[in-house]
Amino acid sequence: MAREKMQILICGGTSCSDKQSEIVSDNLKLELEANALENDVKVVRTGCFGLCNLGPIVKITPGDVIYTHVSPDDVREIVSEHIMKGQKVERLLYKDPSGKIKSSTEKELSVKKKQLRIVLRNCGVIDPENIEEAIANDAYEALGKVLTEMKPLDVIKIIKDSGLRGRGGGGFSTGLKWEIAYKNKADQKYVVCNADEGDPGAFMDRSVLEGDPHSVLEAMAICGYSIEATKGLIYIRAEYPLAIARLKKALEQAKEYGLLGKNIMGSGFDFDIEIRYGAGAFVCGEETALIHSMEGLRGEPTVKPPFPAESGFMGKPTNVNNVETFACISPIILKGAQWFASIGTEKSKGTKVFALAGKINNVGLIEVPMGTTLREVIFEIGGGIRNGKKFKAAQTGGPSGGCLAEKHLDTPIDFDNLTAAGSMMGSGGLIVMDEDDCMVSVAKFFLEFTVEESCGKCAPCRIGNKRLHELLEHITKGKGTLADLDRLKNMCHVIKDTSLCGLGQSSPNPVLSTLENFRGEYEDHVTIKKCPAGKCKELMEYFIIEANCVGCTACARICPVGAITGERREPHLINPSICIKCGACMEKCKFDAIIIQ
Amino acid sequence: MKKIKSPADLKKIKDEVREKMDGKETIRIKVHMGTSGLASGAREIYDFLRLELEKRNIQASVISTGDLGYSYAEPTLEVKRPGEEPVVFGNVDKLKADEIIENYIKNGEFVDGILPSNYQTIQ
Repeated sequence: MAREKMQILICGGTSCSDKQSEIVSDNLKLELEANALENDVKVVRTGCFGLCNLGPIVKITPGDVIYTHVSPDDVREIVSEHIMKGQKVERLLYKDPSGKIKSSTEKELSVKKKQLRIVLRNCGVIDPENIEEAIANDAYEALGKVLTEMKPLDVIKIIKDSGLRGRGGGGFSTGLKWEIAYKNKADQKYVVCNADEGDPGAFMDRSVLEGDPHSVLEAMAICGYSIEATKGLIYIRAEYPLAIARLKKALEQAKEYGLLGKNIMGSGFDFDIEIRYGAGAFVCGEETALIHSMEGLRGEPTVKPPFPAESGFMGKPTNVNNVETFACISPIILKGAQWFASIGTEKSKGTKVFALAGKINNVGLIEVPMGTTLREVIFEIGGGIRNGKKFKAAQTGGPSGGCLAEKHLDTPIDFDNLTAAGSMMGSGGLIVMDEDDCMVSVAKFFLEFTVEESCGKCAPCRIGNKRLHELLEHITKGKGTLADLDRLKNMCHVIKDTSLCGLGQSSPNPVLSTLENFRGEYEDHVTIKKCPAGKCKELMEYFIIEANCVGCTACARICPVGAITGERREPHLINPSICIKCGACMEKCKFDAIIIQ
Repeated sequence: MKKIKSPADLKKIKDEVREKMDGKETIRIKVHMGTSGLASGAREIYDFLRLELEKRNIQASVISTGDLGYSYAEPTLEVKRPGEEPVVFGNVDKLKADEIIENYIKNGEFVDGILPSNYQTIQ
């Protein structure tokens, strides 16, 4: 009988909570008690259903019936009709725009969900250390189809038609890349998987390798068949020990089962994969630098052309793709190019995985069709900004990307729109910032990263970024002038235009985009010497409000440099020339008498 | 274990494993153990479940998988009771795991902390 017990699930996601889902839940419990049903029906609060625009959501089992837009006043009817009489409350069921009731169960409504998992299809679903579970979830089926039914050019055509573009950042057509590698004839060619995920805050490649390593191995073999390569290499950073361990295990099992190695599935095609470790240098995510690093040379980029497809690893034609790109391949082969091309926007097909980080409620990995807006990603899937603060900016593309402002919230996210907005797709890190973040400091932070990671080979990147960083440092210390802002911009363009590789060409992006979208903030730093977000230490001053200060002396006692003076029970005073702006006094004050100006 | 020599061999394994998984009358539990899961203590929950299920004489298979993507609610785990849709629970500590065993695994009664799947998938 236990199974027959009715249960009511109420969405407790942030978005639904804003819409009174908590009151709905309380009302439900009261109403059940009033009808002496509290022991027969259980009320449970859940996380987000992913149907935020229909919230608050109430789901009743058994039956999986979903009610949408439930208000506290609807509770009585739900209890009296559904719970007591077993009749659905029709007016609360989901209606399509024409007003017809189309679907009432969660399964039927799932098409309304904003997320679509293609790359992450098996992550968290299968045991990554058990190849049979992967096989049960379609792994290696696409490889079998390719090896027995298709010619290399057929595969390349499907990938080209699907519109798949490289997910590592560049956004180059994957099919075209394969075609170029196919056309360059050689006795030995290589397939390389770029798992050198370097953007701060991005961890989608790691998750794919940890959760579904076979999807990458299979796709590499398919690529090998298509470009006529028999050797694959995975370049992964040694900082990902778990991903490496699972990859190794997956490789071992795939070889054991004959899915890698000689004469795969009786087709006569040989393909083998080896792992190469990187030391975690950001520049090694650039394909030429990556190849040099694998060859045992310094991880420095070289001028393209020649592209790796002509002369790559050991001087042989090499195709380099990112983990997420490879993870898209098998579904495209199995479901067809048309299917993949039907998802996304005109020029960016399929889905993209984003790693949500920063001041957002639901930190984690999400996968959405290209063309989903930033607003949907941050406020519906991501649950909005932490602590109810105001959204200020979203940083995409890591140190090579830029900051998008509020005006970009409704821009559909795809390769071209992000570039037009002064940022880039990058590998898909998405760092959310709120009103307390200083955009000049943010730009400085990312530049610090590039300065450290610049390989030093070309002058614009090595010297230019350093100078850029100094200028920003100057500004955050209150020593900048309006002319510095123009110098900043000029220097950015010079670095962009003259750097050797992608790292230098994109490193000024965080500065340029914040200058463009948050110029007012830069101007405040250089003209009135204030940091509006209160982040730049040198530009702020701690101040005691006389009216609030009761003279308890707590601040004076905690101050490590003795900057606070005052008599007992008299308002105190901070001496700004001694104050080191550590903030200890503000934390200690119980009367909100200390503020930052 | 046989070597797979043709797509037909592959299909055979696929069908066999699927049948084993679908027809299984036991409860299947997946603890999401990617880097973020492990960093939040998923290993402890995994060990706890294995030990306690045996102690309490409950037939269930416990496996480890990669992350599901709900980093804000780690550790997370999924329970699939035979013939029912799987249910994911978030922010699981030992206390919660105990509650899940007693209420959901034994009696099919939900407990707070369910994370409904907020996505569509091609699987």
